Amino acid sequence: MSEALLVVAHGSHLNPASSAPARDHADRIRAAGAVGEVREAYWKEEPSLRNGLRTVVAEEVYVVPLFVSEGYFTEEVIPRELRLDFEAADWDSDGTGAGSVTLEPADVDKTVHYCGPVGTHDAMSDVIIRRAETVTGDPGVGPDVGLAVVGHGTKRNENSAKAVEYHADRIRDRDRFAEVRALFMDEEPEVDDVTDHFQSEDVVVVPLFIADGYHTQEDIPADMGLSEEGSGRGEYDVPARVDGHDVWYAGAVGTEPLMADVILERAADAGADVEARTGADAAGSARAGGD
Amino acid sequence: MTGAGEGDGGDASGGRGDRLSEAVAALRTVADDGVDFDGLVVRRGSDGLRFAVPGAEHRGLDAADFDARAREHAAHVREWYVWHQEMPQEPAQWDFLRWVERADEYHPPDRRGRLTRGGGVAREWGQLSVQVRLADPGRERGRDAGGSSRGADGDRRRRRYTLRHVDDADTPAGQLEGYTDPHDARRLRKEDDRGRYRPLSTAPTLQRGWAFVDLEPAELVRAVEGFYPATVANWHREREGELDVTHWEETVARQTGIYGVVQTWNRGEGHEHVDWVAEACCDDSQCLKRREWEYDADTPLSVDSGDGVFPCREPCSLVVAAARRWTRLEAEESRTYEFELTPSEKAQVEEIVDAVADGRAGEVREADFADGANRYRARFLRAKRFEDGDLCGVPTDRDEEDGSGGDTDDSAGEEAGGDGAADDGCGESGR
Repeated sequence: MSEALLVVAHGSHLNPASSAPARDHADRIRAAGAVGEVREAYWKEEPSLRNGLRTVVAEEVYVVPLFVSEGYFTEEVIPRELRLDFEAADWDSDGTGAGSVTLEPADVDKTVHYCGPVGTHDAMSDVIIRRAETVTGDPGVGPDVGLAVVGHGTKRNENSAKAVEYHADRIRDRDRFAEVRALFMDEEPEVDDVTDHFQSEDVVVVPLFIADGYHTQEDIPADMGLSEEGSGRGEYDVPARVDGHDVWYAGAVGTEPLMADVILERAADAGADVEARTGADAAGSARAGGD
Repeated sequence: MTGAGEGDGGDASGGRGDRLSEAVAALRTVADDGVDFDGLVVRRGSDGLRFAVPGAEHRGLDAADFDARAREHAAHVREWYVWHQEMPQEPAQWDFLRWVERADEYHPPDRRGRLTRGGGVAREWGQLSVQVRLADPGRERGRDAGGSSRGADGDRRRRRYTLRHVDDADTPAGQLEGYTDPHDARRLRKEDDRGRYRPLSTAPTLQRGWAFVDLEPAELVRAVEGFYPATVANWHREREGELDVTHWEETVARQTGIYGVVQTWNRGEGHEHVDWVAEACCDDSQCLKRREWEYDADTPLSVDSGDGVFPCREPCSLVVAAARRWTRLEAEESRTYEFELTPSEKAQVEEIVDAVADGRAGEVREADFADGANRYRARFLRAKRFEDGDLCGVPTDRDEEDGSGGDTDDSAGEEAGGDGAADDGCGESGR
């Protein structure tokens, strides 16, 4: 039975960087020959979620949402637009535990394995750590360094914060970093006062965001005092000196090449015959911002 | 009708183990099932095999006779083989590749002749020019010095595709920036010639200057879908009479989050507002898809649906996002304002609106003072008629006079960020 991977992402009508991670990771997976057929579909770009499945040739499709947390998009928008008869309860998740559900879409003769979002997969913890390595250029980064995992946070969706806390807890349990904190844009504890939360002089800040855009390139850097509000996209130093700390700001974790492997892990967990990893887990990936 | 080096006069070189021999053997193998394809008919009858092409019919053939007849009509046999063994078999891709070379219009000998001569056959798909020819890839790539015999020559030829912008169709591919990976089309479609982001792939603003050369059939489909996602699949459904159109009413009813508000725009007062949406967004000057959706299944819109090759099966995300804004704006009641303008100034305001709506504001020449949308003309009008940003000093809101004017702009919440609603569309958080 032929198999395909459909990466579904938000996309944007205004920001071309929004869809870049989905496209780049799909290319990495294709180049590695990990899956026979790799396609993308978007909420705001094309092919639309409504048309995504009909661009796929294979009959067995693994749909992996390139989203950070379980919630409105993964539980409501994506299944509805893909014409899947899905209820959030089908995942039987506490907010970070979504696995996969096998469903028959209404408009195409295919079997869909609808997977949980990449953001809550355990392998995402490794990508956050990899991001810390690439932004500091230090494969052994950790013992004297504080790590902040930053989320959007929203009172409307408690799962948004759960995903950030989940990975912060997992990484803290590894005893690799001197300190690990979960911080947020829109709720407490806030990223504005990032240095208040750390004793370590060096603090690595990794936003658990899929794509670089206004939040990761302007909002958060300005909130932390790395740049002036409205100073423009990506206008900050790495590291930047703030209140006696060196802040290493990584930008959206979703652009990290290793993210492609999380997509594959999601498909493999759902039963896909994934033949290889992308090779992005090999040592020596470029420093952050290089991709 | 004889093409360059290969007509239906046959290929008597008789070499075995070549592609034609494979095709003949394969055709004989499926004779029991029967073949009726592009004029070629093959059956097994009580007296043996039957082989027929337009103008020739042979019955009662044994295997050796069958093979000989098949070789005499090599073009038919090759085409049957190509379309059943070598081309992508997924129905939409297969249909598209046939459409590209007008396969339904020309019988195999004629078709292969057309594909072999000159640049082959070209068709337009939106702003794409698709060119297909039968070529010897080994020879063209300079890799294979062999291939001198006639039989081998016909045997080596494969369909190869060149993809360019329609406005570059006459420019030699070598003078354009060459691409070989069909997936690169996904990136090329994201910017126009001025480097501006294109959120709508089917807007008639595809950039020029590139060429995909020497693509194989499946690669061609990938590249075309890279420029115009899902157009092949929906076009094929339409040709099969199976296009599942979702009309405005149904699309709007499905919206949730920040887009749910659009439902309030339909108030059982007709569909003039949706006509305006389609006229604004779906006109051929804005989108190359042919609009097939209407207000609902029983209520067609009153505006032209366009002449595009491929259909639009439902209001797209851009239309829904724009409609959200219009839903808010259209909730306002009209008011009567009084402005003092000269006749020419009134006409100039109209010219400026036209220039922006037609996308020509940036093209008005610096010193073309006859054009109302000229920058100096617009600046003069502003200098003369605006007071504190208000046309003729007339406040937009009456309330503004006491300083409590309401600013209803929420663009930050819509796309740039902010936390407007569950679906704030910031497109980076991926919550």
